[in-house]
Amino acid sequence: MTAAADAGRPAVEIEGLAFAYPDGRQVLFGVDLTVARGERIAVLGPNGAGKTTLMLHLNGILAAGAGTLRIGGMPVAKANMPEIRRRVGLVFQDPDDQLFMPTVGQDVAFGPANLGLRGAELSGRVAEALRAVGLAEYAERAPHHLSLGERRRAAVATVLAMRPEVLVLDEPSANLDPAGRRELAEVLQGLDLTLIMVTHDLPYALQLCPRSVILDQGMIVADGATATLLSDEPLMTSHRLELPFGFNPRHAIAESS
Amino acid sequence: MGGAHLLDPYQPGRGFLRSMPAQCKIVAAFGYVICVVVTPITAGWAFGVHLLVLASLCALARLRPLFVIRRLAVEIPFLAFAAALPFVVPGPRVELLGLGLSRPGLEQAFGLLARATLGLMTVIVLAATTPANDLLVGLERLRLPPVIIAVASFMIRYSGLVVDQMRRMGVARRSRGHEPRSLRATGVLAASLGTLFIRSYERGERVHLAMLARGYSGTMPAAMPTVSPRPGQWATASALVVLGVAVAVAGRSLDLGVVS
Repeated sequence: MTAAADAGRPAVEIEGLAFAYPDGRQVLFGVDLTVARGERIAVLGPNGAGKTTLMLHLNGILAAGAGTLRIGGMPVAKANMPEIRRRVGLVFQDPDDQLFMPTVGQDVAFGPANLGLRGAELSGRVAEALRAVGLAEYAERAPHHLSLGERRRAAVATVLAMRPEVLVLDEPSANLDPAGRRELAEVLQGLDLTLIMVTHDLPYALQLCPRSVILDQGMIVADGATATLLSDEPLMTSHRLELPFGFNPRHAIAESS
Repeated sequence: MGGAHLLDPYQPGRGFLRSMPAQCKIVAAFGYVICVVVTPITAGWAFGVHLLVLASLCALARLRPLFVIRRLAVEIPFLAFAAALPFVVPGPRVELLGLGLSRPGLEQAFGLLARATLGLMTVIVLAATTPANDLLVGLERLRLPPVIIAVASFMIRYSGLVVDQMRRMGVARRSRGHEPRSLRATGVLAASLGTLFIRSYERGERVHLAMLARGYSGTMPAAMPTVSPRPGQWATASALVVLGVAVAVAGRSLDLGVVS
């Protein structure tokens, strides 16, 4: 579906993005970030660093105060909004914000229906998205009867059904039990798209994302291989990032390889 | 936070209206609203006096006129009903701008408009000079059933959260390409509100469980500490009610005098 001219452009290009809320509080101070197609990248940073604000810029919910954003070469601007919202799928931290229809199936259908899909094509999309997150049997279930892990995977399905090119997740592992974490990780690893994950969960970032950036006080302060960043203790401490007790990124890498 | 402003009408400041304990103000406001309601519709000037009294109260409380007018907008749906009255109520007709309007309908519409506006102004002054928590304490001192007070306090506590949740759900919908412009959007909005209702209800249950876990047994803990009103403050509060009664009685007797 991507225009031929856009092929080969990076999935996300952010240049000099600055943003202040209407009350004058400035959150982003010139963010530069380029994410290649198919890359999986974690955005790390302390609370209040501007991670969620950055995320809301990616699909144009917030309009940049200064700077430019391109998704697959297409500028994030009012005229392109429907296509931008299709290309960038946002999964919010609280799945209850995303799931609001009486059944999971109807909820997954909401996004593609907004894109104008109807009938067999629509139900095909729903089935495909639910299968991708391992919830194929759940179409008729009510969201509030699912566990948190299932609801979060259902929330991922609601955006997968729009066939996005970039999947953005806000704290995907928050409050999940270990099995729920692992199941979500399996789903995310199985997806063939660009993935941006905003998280505090450093082991999860290491497990899923080869590359990480650290966002602090509205600026990208570090960009590199996740294992390298997590092993750089002075860097980590200076940005209020702490590894869980007993976790050593070098050992984790050695074991998994 | 667009909702926070709407949900918290308190305007910080100084002055005797703000230092007066809430129970005095509640009694005075309630009394005054009753006076407004019993003032006969036909005594138009009496409503003018009521308006003058309330406008001076607003001035005393240093409320900006724009603030009061914006808050008065709550009554607009009721005014739509009042606007229909002159056309639908049967009775003698009067000619106005080429339209045949019913005289009793006009009177009733005026009464509705005047009473709603004045009653609302009273409440606006009360709410703008009393923090929500003090209102609860005041109601408690006036021996309102504890259950009602508990319900009111939960409403104040959680309405902000519900509004926030509604806003977040709106952002999540727009992220999936939904633009709430067409008529089709009403169905989506209805589904959102339904979900919000269920989730608020479930949150209520969770809050209740959490309360039980901390030993809640159906009654709220003893009264919050309060300042007892000085006799002078009760006197000021009753003076307002007496003033309202005087206007209402004057309106009633003069009105009767005209009729007979």
